[in-house]
Order: sequence, then structure tokens, then C-alpha cells
Amino acid sequence: MIQYILEIAYLIASITFIIGLKMMSNPKKARQGNLIAAVGMTIAIIGTIFLYSKEGLTSRDNIKMILIFGGIAAGTIIGWLTAKKVQMTKMPELVSMFNGMGGACAALIGLMEFHHSVGQTSTMITVLAGMIIGSVSFSGSIIAYLKLNGAMAKPIRLPKYNIINTIVMFALFAFAAFVVASGTDSSTLLYLLFAAALFYGILFVIPIGGADMPVVISLLNSFTGLAAAFGGFLYDNKVMLTGGILVGSAGTLLTIVMCKAMNRSLFSVIFGSFGSTAAAADGADVAGSIKDISTTDVAVLMNYSKRVVIVPGYGLAVAQAQHIIHELELLLEERGVEVKYAIHPVAGRMPGHMNVLLAESNVDYGKMVEMDEINSEFEQTDVVLVVGANDVVNPAAKTDPSSPIYGMPILDVEKAKHIIVNKRSMSAGYAGIENLLFYNPKTSMFFGDAKKALTALVAELKTM
Amino acid sequence: MEQILSFISTHREMIYFIILAVFVGVEVIGHVPSVLHTPLMSGANAIHGVVVVGAIIVMLDTDASNYISLTLGTVAVILGTLNVVGGFVVTDRMLDMFKKK
Repeated sequence: MIQYILEIAYLIASITFIIGLKMMSNPKKARQGNLIAAVGMTIAIIGTIFLYSKEGLTSRDNIKMILIFGGIAAGTIIGWLTAKKVQMTKMPELVSMFNGMGGACAALIGLMEFHHSVGQTSTMITVLAGMIIGSVSFSGSIIAYLKLNGAMAKPIRLPKYNIINTIVMFALFAFAAFVVASGTDSSTLLYLLFAAALFYGILFVIPIGGADMPVVISLLNSFTGLAAAFGGFLYDNKVMLTGGILVGSAGTLLTIVMCKAMNRSLFSVIFGSFGSTAAAADGADVAGSIKDISTTDVAVLMNYSKRVVIVPGYGLAVAQAQHIIHELELLLEERGVEVKYAIHPVAGRMPGHMNVLLAESNVDYGKMVEMDEINSEFEQTDVVLVVGANDVVNPAAKTDPSSPIYGMPILDVEKAKHIIVNKRSMSAGYAGIENLLFYNPKTSMFFGDAKKALTALVAELKTM
Repeated sequence: MEQILSFISTHREMIYFIILAVFVGVEVIGHVPSVLHTPLMSGANAIHGVVVVGAIIVMLDTDASNYISLTLGTVAVILGTLNVVGGFVVTDRMLDMFKKK
């Protein structure tokens, strides 16, 4: 009887996961969808604690219950506080950190279940697969976290790292296959395998450049989903299976969508060449001069425009200028200027990250226009204001086949009548490449820290 | 060969289940506008925290005198819960911003 109730609890939880994810496709219902999934998760967890049983094994001694509830309490408090306190710009770091925790959880389950699986080949394969994928996801996420955090900014590439990584990957598979085939119950071998998986996770992420990090996080996210699904397979637990596979397949799709937005194949992200060949390619045809513009001139130009498009980049968020840009938008709208935001699919550090950052400062999401839609409008645009963005407006993506970003769809800001670029200095963007847009005769450079420059601009506009 | 076939046969319901779930995952995500990709990634991240259910099962099935397992299990429960709670809370925070307007 109790077993049936638990099955129903799992069924409900599985449905809430699907409905929750589905509702996230609509900005108005998304929050509700997230809550529904959270309720389902709570049902699954509480149901498991009180109703799960396996004949001859399960017991609910006091010590176990204390540890389980203690663990849940500790995890809840830490998770809650971290999630509430984190700055929105730090979102990619946080997602990769939480992802790593999930991966570690799956790895630990594998470590504990290993000895129970000795003698049953298919069970052992499931246990080790979950353990290895979880470990790779864990160590990979930690490296991704450190890279996003700036602690490990430069990609570290061993000579011939592609070959080394591939060899290590196959060695890991061979090692795992050996453990399964030998049917051993040696803890030493198990922990060696665990260490090898962690090591591979580090090798996997370490050579990947900063610009590709969102793709990696998304990929690791689906890895953890897969690890959870192996756990579901192991315990014949439907809610772990549904949750794990949903995330696994959704994460994979999201990874592909992101790669498409950057016009990079998943293969080239993992085995990529970003940065290593770039240095030789650029510098050759940087001709012409750049043009400065004063705050007053920018204010005049914008004040007498009909249409202004703002192209925000991660630099905007780093300078904490989201609020002031919203103020600028409102001020211009008050004077009858139509203002829109052009959002490149990979603006920010994750797809959709820029939307979150702007939404945080109350920008209406109706004003955030996606690339394909806004590109046809640039010709009728008087002023484009590029703030803290660089690679997503770099014409080299269209014109220079030797550029590492060649082929990436960009925002066609060149078609607008005036382009104003706010930057702190002439340094290259995140991908480390020169931008010819700055030398365009229609482009004026509005140098300065985004927050300070925009604050001065707003003040100037108010006097007009 | 026979082992593989018998494995497929004994787990056939599970295999059907997995294939269908993969398609559901793709279908459900396929229509999400790019505006919501970050909250989506973070929401999906919270959902794979369901792995904590596995950690709880390990704890319940383990011998109460096996201190190594109890320790590892507790750590797994903490990490899994962190993944679940942190993921849902931060997704909620993000989506709350979208709702204001």
C-alpha cells in the first residue's frame, strides 16, 4: 500500500517537472512553473524519506533520520542564502557551482553503491556510469566556476591537449571497462577510477576559452542530468529518471542552440582553437582612425533622434550601469524618442543573461528585441549606442574569414546613421580580437566607465 | 550478445520510458524564447537536483553502523539539497524580475 502511495508521489513529481519546464516558455507563467516544479520536488523528497522501502535493507534508525534531516536543513540554509545574496552578474558562476554540487552528489551515490553492485554486470555499469559522469561534471563545473570568477582567466593548454584529452578519455573508459569485467570489489580501484574521472573533468574544461564557457556549463548541466538518470535506472526510480532525462535532453538542446548562436560547432568548442590562432590573424588591416565624442554631443545627437537602439553587453553589467541605462531610456522616451534594446543571443555570459540583467533594473521585456528582428530595423535607426559590447557588433564576423569569430551572426549596427560606442579603453573584447567597427567613419567613441559616462549623459540630457 | 538482448528485454519498459522522456525534454524546451534561456538553464539545474532522492535512498538502505557510508551519504544529501534549493530559489529570483512589468 505504502509503496503505491510513493509511486503516485513520484508520478505527481514527474508531471510537475514537465509542466514546470513547459510553463517556463512564457515569461508571464515562468515563475509559477518554477514553483510548481519545486513543489513536485518537495513531494518526491518527503515521499522518499517516509515511504521508500526495499525489503530487508531499509531501516529508519534515529541516527539516519537525524543525518538526513540535518543534511537537508544544512543544504537548504546554505543554498537559500547563496541564492538570495548572489548578484545577478554572477549568475553563470552560481549555476555552474550548483551544477557541480549535483554532480558530486551523483558521484558519491556511485561510490557508495559500488560494493552492492559487485557480481551484477549491468548494475555495476549503471553505478560506475553515474559515478564517472557525476565526477566529470563536478570537477568540470568547479573549473568553469574558477574561470568565470576570473581566478583562472586564461585557458591553459598543454601541448597537444586535444590528443592528451582524447587519450585520457579512452583510458578512463578502458579503466572502467576493466573494473566491470574483472568484477572486483576493490575500493582502491574504485577510488582510483573516481580520481581519474575528476582529473578528466579538469582536463576537459581547462583548455576552453572564456567566451565558450556558457556552452560548457550548459553541457555539464546535461551531464549531471544524465548522472541523475543513471541513478534512476539503478533504483528503478521513475522521478529520478524523468528529472534526469528531461534535464539531459533539454540541456543538450540548449547547448546546441547556444553553439548555433555563436556559429560554432560543439566539436570546435571542445577541441576548439579560440585564441590560439587569433593573434596571427588580426592586426593586419586595422586602418583609419578613431573619433572621440563628448558627452554634450552624444546628448544632442540622442535628444534630436527619432529612434535609438541600445546594444548592451556584459561590460554594462560589470560597470553596474543597468539602472542608469534604464533611466536614459525613460528620459528619451519622455521626449518622444523611440528606444529599444538589441539583444544578441550570447550577450552577457549566458544566453538570455542580458535579459535578466536588464529585467533586474525594470526594463520592460517588450523592449528587448532579439537579433533577427532588430537587424532589419537598423537602417531606420538614427543612433545606436553600444555599451560594453564588442564581439557581437564586430563586422569581422562577416568580412574576415581569418577571424576566430568569422561566421558568428552579429548585430548589423553599421546600417544605422550614427554609432556611438561606449568603452573604457581601446582594448579588445572578451574573445580578444580587434574590432573594425571602431574605425568606421560613422562611429564615434564615447570613452569612459559605462556608469560614469551614462550618468553624465543623463545629467546633460536633463538640462536640454 | 545474448546478455545484451536479455538486458534490453528485461528493461524494455524502462527503455521506452527513456526514449519518450528524451523527446518530451526536447519538445518542452524547444519553444522557450531566448529571453528565458538563463532562468531555464537554472531551473533545469534545480530539477536535476532530484539526484538527492538517490542520496536519501542510499542512506535509508545503508547499515546504521557503517559510518563511512553514513558520512558520504550525509554529504551527498547536503550537496543535493544545495543544488535543489539554491537552483529553485535563484530561478525564482530571476523570474520575479520579469514579472514586475
